[in-house]
Amino acid sequence: MNLKLKIWRQKDAKSKGGFETYHVENISPDTSFLEMLDILNNNLIHEGKEPVVFDHDCREGICGMCSLHINGHAHGPDEDITTCQLHMRKFHDGDTITIEPWRSAAFPVIKDLAVDRSAFDKILQAGGFISVNTGGVPDANAIPIPKKDADESMDAAACIGCGACVATCKNGSAMLFVAARVSSLAKLPQGRVEGARRAKAMVAKMDELGFGNCTNTGACEAECPKGISISHIARLNREFLSAKLKD
Amino acid sequence: MATLDSKIPAGPLAEKWSKHKAEIKVVSPANKRKLDIIVIGTGLGGASAAASLGELGYNVKVFCISDSPRRAHSIAAQGGINAAKNYQNDNDSVFRLFYDTIKGGDYRAREANVYRLAEVSNSIIDQCVAQGVPFAREYGGLLDNRSFGGAQVSRTFYARGQTGQQLLLGAYAALNRQIAKGSVKSFPRHEMLELVIVDGKARGIITRNLVTGQIERFGAHAVVLASGGYGNTFFLSTNAMNSNGSAAWQCYKKGAFFANPCFTQIHPTCIPVHGDQQSKLTLMSESLRNDGRIWVPKKKEDVEALRAKKKKPSDIAEEDRDYYLERRYPAFGNLVPRDVASRAAKERCDAGFGVNETGLAVFLDFKTAIERLGEDVIRQRYGNLFQMYEKITDVNPYHEPMMIYPAVHYTMGGIWVDYNLMTTIPGLYAIGEANFSDHGANRLGASALMQGLADGYFVLPYTIGDYLSHEIQSPKVDTTTKEFDEAEKSAKARIEKLFSIQGKQTVDEIHKKLGHIMWENVGMARTKESLEKAITEIQKLRKEFWADVKVPGTANEFNQELEKALRLADFLELGELMALDGLNRNESCGGHFRVEYQTPEGEALRDDEHYAYAAVWEYTGKDSAPVLHKEELKFEAVHLAQRNYKD
Repeated sequence: MNLKLKIWRQKDAKSKGGFETYHVENISPDTSFLEMLDILNNNLIHEGKEPVVFDHDCREGICGMCSLHINGHAHGPDEDITTCQLHMRKFHDGDTITIEPWRSAAFPVIKDLAVDRSAFDKILQAGGFISVNTGGVPDANAIPIPKKDADESMDAAACIGCGACVATCKNGSAMLFVAARVSSLAKLPQGRVEGARRAKAMVAKMDELGFGNCTNTGACEAECPKGISISHIARLNREFLSAKLKD
Repeated sequence: MATLDSKIPAGPLAEKWSKHKAEIKVVSPANKRKLDIIVIGTGLGGASAAASLGELGYNVKVFCISDSPRRAHSIAAQGGINAAKNYQNDNDSVFRLFYDTIKGGDYRAREANVYRLAEVSNSIIDQCVAQGVPFAREYGGLLDNRSFGGAQVSRTFYARGQTGQQLLLGAYAALNRQIAKGSVKSFPRHEMLELVIVDGKARGIITRNLVTGQIERFGAHAVVLASGGYGNTFFLSTNAMNSNGSAAWQCYKKGAFFANPCFTQIHPTCIPVHGDQQSKLTLMSESLRNDGRIWVPKKKEDVEALRAKKKKPSDIAEEDRDYYLERRYPAFGNLVPRDVASRAAKERCDAGFGVNETGLAVFLDFKTAIERLGEDVIRQRYGNLFQMYEKITDVNPYHEPMMIYPAVHYTMGGIWVDYNLMTTIPGLYAIGEANFSDHGANRLGASALMQGLADGYFVLPYTIGDYLSHEIQSPKVDTTTKEFDEAEKSAKARIEKLFSIQGKQTVDEIHKKLGHIMWENVGMARTKESLEKAITEIQKLRKEFWADVKVPGTANEFNQELEKALRLADFLELGELMALDGLNRNESCGGHFRVEYQTPEGEALRDDEHYAYAAVWEYTGKDSAPVLHKEELKFEAVHLAQRNYKD
């Protein structure tokens, strides 16, 4: 396959960025999208040009590091996958592909296609944990948990923290990310103890860091590579409201 | 010259750890506040250690190369974590887990360490449940288990096919709690370039800020290396793209001995290589071998028809299929250990029965399981793995069997540590995959997660206190001394040298050449000749690298090519030590298969008389050969025998 790529280039956080056009040739349909970018970068280095910076690591859809907006979609045109799992067979010979970084006020661009997502860490540091120290905990089978609750907790816990939800949301809201963590812990008896404090602290931190509000468009769920349901946002809202009512 | 003292406590095996804990010193809370600890890496080992040390009251600084601690490659572990809970009433016990692990490692691990690992395994599950890890459960609300290779009991706890992710999110949450409290300070996108030694003790590190390129100094009373394994020496592996051996290698070059570097795990169930543009290999969890059956055709004409796509796998009749693991190892069947399964796949493919165009693939088939349990049950158990397979290969594994082939996955070798997990450099510790201690010559499935968390939650927090109890009078480490100056100068010189070359080959191009040398000569089957060839070729390639590599850009910016070049420079030295170690070990054991040493049935043939030791290498300088030390392995609780998975 021969392709034309329009890629966002930006020297650093302070500089102004813009699109540059590149061409790649003889790409196998079995090549992954990031391997296609590896090939481009290899060519650029030989031509004496600067390769394109992009975040990536595990290349199997679980670390959440890759973060490309491809033809207007977070993680590209295929459903329920991350960019690293996207393969070139989803494109056609001669296509023009536009590649941008996540766009959100809370995720400033560091260079080219890499952004700073440390705001996610900060939200989790505000309350995305159960306050137990190492050691001195009860036996793992001491508290039976209904299978359905454990399964629902796992559904929410599948979030990989990539930020596609924020990048997709027209308000730049992190509600799906926050809801996934709150909901995962809320479905377990161990997590109930601090449920109220957790919901309030994480929502407050999210607001403080410049993420937008949720207006229930559902775009986040549609683009989430792990298919995290917006029903978790409903649970977050319930947790948050009941916590506020108790204040 | 440092000598090896494994510091294994005296007394009966089952009492060593309790006795040792009672005897080692502790540090008072008031003194803990004055002590600084650096942790390098935030996988299961690093995150659990940093969180636990922070909870104890030490001042912790934790470094990772990713943008968040949560991205560490432990996140990609799929299948599960072992523990000796015996919840299934199938006669599991601490001793049985210990025994399976020692046997699975082909009797090349230290008994005392492995027993301790089995002993603390149960506490790990308790800890994770308390943190909110959503393990799979039965309808009665209790925890579910499944089986993994090398075991005849069900002791593996799991969270769908994302166990590593869930355990890491648990440890990361514990870490976040300490970061919020201020007891741990996190430094993401920072890479360690040098270890700093002052008066013979590990006292700090030099790092590069990967965003700004700034070289920084950090001092501490102890340094913990939790930087993972070095499987990416092979270029293609199941490791993440950024996983590397550099932090460990830099410690080796400063005096930390490196043990059993040749012990590499080749995982049997990975998606086969498709072409030369490939950047990494994807693992299909070992848990699939609970329900999947591995086979190749019995007849060559079926193989030809499959390769020419004239037949589909489902067209091949039951009696024409060779379920070779079930045939060769009736007692364990498809659940033999990884090294055995990998070699058996290679044997069939070498004999001409490989089922894809390259001849390097076998089938992993769920037909029998789907007939027995229904597609829904299989989807529930392995849904995400099946989806991952389909996205990569464009083949639906519910309808046609998966194609798999072995790939580099894990390194059992690593920095040598004593019973306290301290390296040969006082104050430098190594935990998780970065050390060598628990898996011998082959790691059993679902034991990496167990070891990472055992070290980080339940071993290091105790043993490091014993060392630090002698450091309570030491003031804060001064990072303006000549030792820090020299280490920083050395790191900067390496970077400048790389930019000065401006040759014709990219880093990836040279790394692919190294990977090819490693896979062909230091891979699943090794010979004296292949290992000698590897050493010569790696030395040649190393010269080529330092004369012809092209690193674009500058040092003071986000420069991913520079990162890769620094790591490749170390892989090019590490690969040679791996080959040298393999050459020294004139026996076959676990993942180290020397073609010259095999039984008439083609099984690994150990030489316990001459090689029942850990090969521990000491760096002696750029132009001189490393020196071999031997840690004799004494077996008191188990009887050394050839591994038997047949009956």
